[in-house]
Amino acid sequence: MIGRFRKPKPKPTCTPADISARPSLVKLDGRMKEAVETGRGRLVFGGMLFAGVFVVLVGRLAWLTVPASLVSEPSMARGDGGSARGFAPAMERRTITDRNGTMIATNLRMASLYADTRQIGNPDETANRLLTVLPDLPREELVGRLGSGKSFVWLKRNLTPRQQYEINRLGLPGLMFQDEERRLYPLGPLAVHVVGYTDIDRRGISGIEQTLDEELRDTAKAGEPLELALDLRVQHALRDEIGRSVEYFDAIGGGGLVLDINTGEVLGLVSLPDFDPIRPGTASDEARFNRITLGVYEMGSTMKTINTAMVLENGNAKINSSYDASRPIVVGRFTIKDDHAKNRWLTVPEIYKYSSNIGSAKMAVEAGPAVQRAFLDRLGLLKKAQIELPEVGAPLVPRNWKTVETMTISFGHGLSISPLQLGVATAAIANGGILRPATLLKRPEGVAVPGTRVVRPDVSDLMRKLMYLVVDEGTGKQAAVDGYLVGGKTGTSEKVGAHGGYMRKKLMTSFVGVFPLNKPRYLVIGVLDEPKGRKETYGFATAGWNSAPTVGRVISRIAPILGVEPVDDNSPQVQQVMSLGVHAPQSEKKIASN
Amino acid sequence: MINVSRTDTSMVGAWWWTVDRWLLAALAALIFVGCVLGLAASPAVATRIGASSMHFVERQIVFLVPAVLVMFAMSLLAPEVIRRVALVLLPLFVLMMVLTLFMGVEVKGAHRWLYLGGLSVQPSEFVKPLFAVVAGWLFAEQKAGRGVPGYLLSTVAYAVIIGILFRQPDIGMAIVVTAVWLVQFFIAGLPIILVLIGAALAVGGLAGAYTLLPHVAARIDKFMGDGKENYQVERAMEAFAAGGVFGRGPGEGSVKSVLPDAHTDFIFAVAGEEFGMWLCLVIIGLFAFVVLRGFARLLTENNLFVLIAGAGLLTQFGLQAVINIGVNLHLLPTKGMTLPFISYGGSSLLALALGMGMMLALTRRRPESGGPA
Repeated sequence: MIGRFRKPKPKPTCTPADISARPSLVKLDGRMKEAVETGRGRLVFGGMLFAGVFVVLVGRLAWLTVPASLVSEPSMARGDGGSARGFAPAMERRTITDRNGTMIATNLRMASLYADTRQIGNPDETANRLLTVLPDLPREELVGRLGSGKSFVWLKRNLTPRQQYEINRLGLPGLMFQDEERRLYPLGPLAVHVVGYTDIDRRGISGIEQTLDEELRDTAKAGEPLELALDLRVQHALRDEIGRSVEYFDAIGGGGLVLDINTGEVLGLVSLPDFDPIRPGTASDEARFNRITLGVYEMGSTMKTINTAMVLENGNAKINSSYDASRPIVVGRFTIKDDHAKNRWLTVPEIYKYSSNIGSAKMAVEAGPAVQRAFLDRLGLLKKAQIELPEVGAPLVPRNWKTVETMTISFGHGLSISPLQLGVATAAIANGGILRPATLLKRPEGVAVPGTRVVRPDVSDLMRKLMYLVVDEGTGKQAAVDGYLVGGKTGTSEKVGAHGGYMRKKLMTSFVGVFPLNKPRYLVIGVLDEPKGRKETYGFATAGWNSAPTVGRVISRIAPILGVEPVDDNSPQVQQVMSLGVHAPQSEKKIASN
Repeated sequence: MINVSRTDTSMVGAWWWTVDRWLLAALAALIFVGCVLGLAASPAVATRIGASSMHFVERQIVFLVPAVLVMFAMSLLAPEVIRRVALVLLPLFVLMMVLTLFMGVEVKGAHRWLYLGGLSVQPSEFVKPLFAVVAGWLFAEQKAGRGVPGYLLSTVAYAVIIGILFRQPDIGMAIVVTAVWLVQFFIAGLPIILVLIGAALAVGGLAGAYTLLPHVAARIDKFMGDGKENYQVERAMEAFAAGGVFGRGPGEGSVKSVLPDAHTDFIFAVAGEEFGMWLCLVIIGLFAFVVLRGFARLLTENNLFVLIAGAGLLTQFGLQAVINIGVNLHLLPTKGMTLPFISYGGSSLLALALGMGMMLALTRRRPESGGPA
């Protein structure tokens, strides 16, 4: 080793003789020394700063690298960084399940074929040989891609293991595989209008997949499924029954909704026609259209539930008030008539039961446009519904809201809303008076769901009895289900033609049902778009003949699934509970049963 | 062992006994690591851009020989000679910087390079160390009180250089030049109040760059927006995670095949993936050693010029390393900054050799340098 170099002692910068000769130098030397001292002090400070920064760099480096080494398998999974979980393949998008944990959407690891075309000598030959395994690829396009000279071109996404094996066996240079996860929906179209779908790069472009895209990609929650409020058993029964009715009544479409009225959870949501989310490209616009949340319609007489609740809440009418429905109302060029005209004075329950437009309009006029507008706004009918879907339609609200509009809105014309909005508003009226926005996500059990009061509990109580009346002896009789107390309201409206004006033959029928009335819990909506009359329905195509029985069948199927205990609906106790305490003249009952 | 007699009074003999051999060894180690990582990272980049796989390696070696010679030659010189060399070369390279504005080659939207006889040269790389030396001299002159307005002159020179850098534009370089100049001013005894004002101005300058220069704003926005937006940084993060402590093994890395700047700005991430944390620690350790050892040598210095110029050169070297590594580790927003001696780049290598050669010269033991014997 070389010994440490010892340098000679520094020479004094100036000798005493110099100092005496040039006094100015003393000052200079002193100043210089002081400057060097300052410089050294500050250099130490700079050095410490640098040392600190280097320590930070080392800390960050350890932070990035050490946790990854603690995992047995070095993981290159995207974005998985230091949080790789053992050997389990990292799911890049969370699974979606229903409220009971049944899988609706998941991922499957599949290989995708791409080419580095710089390694391909003869695109024609490569294409020919590749076509022996993948005969569906368009040849000319394939040759064009293979000859593009690019370092990365997709050839075919999501191969089966067999296809991958066969392509490997071809031994063609330049062809490579990339593992991808494909989003799969094992139940096909069952919940497509709720869950939506993703594009080939697994970005949500519809439904929950789009709205909660970030949430679903959240790597911190990977492995933890996203639980929907949906109950697939309910969803299946709903889709099955709506589909059957669409077919039976030769409707162009239909929809259904099942809500938990105490939590706002959507247990079932169906819009028909629908499609398989794995092939959204092949679906028609009609199939992709969500009639429950995106479509807005003049809902017809189902709006009378809201109208009646409004006048009862506002004190414009008591339950035994009566209105003259003996002749149609003529307002300007409109004439308001009743479909099931009684041509006499009707009490509030009768107006609701017989679905009297004249009576409803007169009730609404007593409240007036301002009260009506405020009430509908409170029920959320004048703005877009709140739900975790991108496909939400804005209601069509009249610009000029005067007495005429008040009259028509009272029986469901002149205001277009989505069936979802109607369901949420009716749920609030039936559940004791608390409005809760609908949600597609499972609510934690045992946690009270906040809401806003929209009607008094006594009004809600009366409204449930009125709904029972409709099913017990009014237009909704076919919705009755043995053993369950069902209430509801029918609605039939003529659709607006392309050039304005109502089309007499093109109907939109709906039924909003609530059950069990002794312990109100669920709301079911059934909607049919342009149902036709049948021999069995004596040619009628109104809601009481198609939507009402559809909802009745849905309830008879889902009530046992949901654990609703049956009751004897003819027992005196039940009759007592559901009685309005208003005595309609005996003769009325006869007319009703005719 | 090299046998140089202690009584050898030749230039080289004297050099060997006076130069800081620890610094020399650290720099040699950095150059060696650079060669290894160059071999690891650059073939992937070269094949991707269609060049022969050894394209960047060959070019780097072509530059390495003159670089080592320049470093050695500079380290032989006495401080006064270093000062004179810098004074002569600085105006020359500043002039070349001006030329880039008119006849420079546009690369990625900036005019920073000049083509000289088939070689592309980035004059600003050379201006950095040269200006550090000249500024050190000017600051020292101010203190010497011989009537040279050192503060004023260095401020004017600084303003000219920064002006050109902003025109190119090359904000990363401007930041380094500014930081180095401020550190030197600080060491030269800038009153503390002015230091604080300077710090405020720096923050203001950054804010100004953010508001006035869209490409700077875009970079910073990307960084602030959880960083996931930046492709290269995201890949770099994966590389460190994949490498872990011991790495995936030489040649086993995959980040180099997707990162456009794997051989330059992101070579540290390649090191992290293929060799793991330990090599990264070695690299950080080497940079820290050079900077701190250099500072320690300067602490024994009695010559104010040597003190300030040396500190400037080391600060420039260390700062570049810190910024580059900081970007790779996603501690700083992406800024085109090479890792000294390790990243690929001819101009950068030669300029670093020039700067470090001067640094070695300034930290040599000299009879008049003073300090503890």
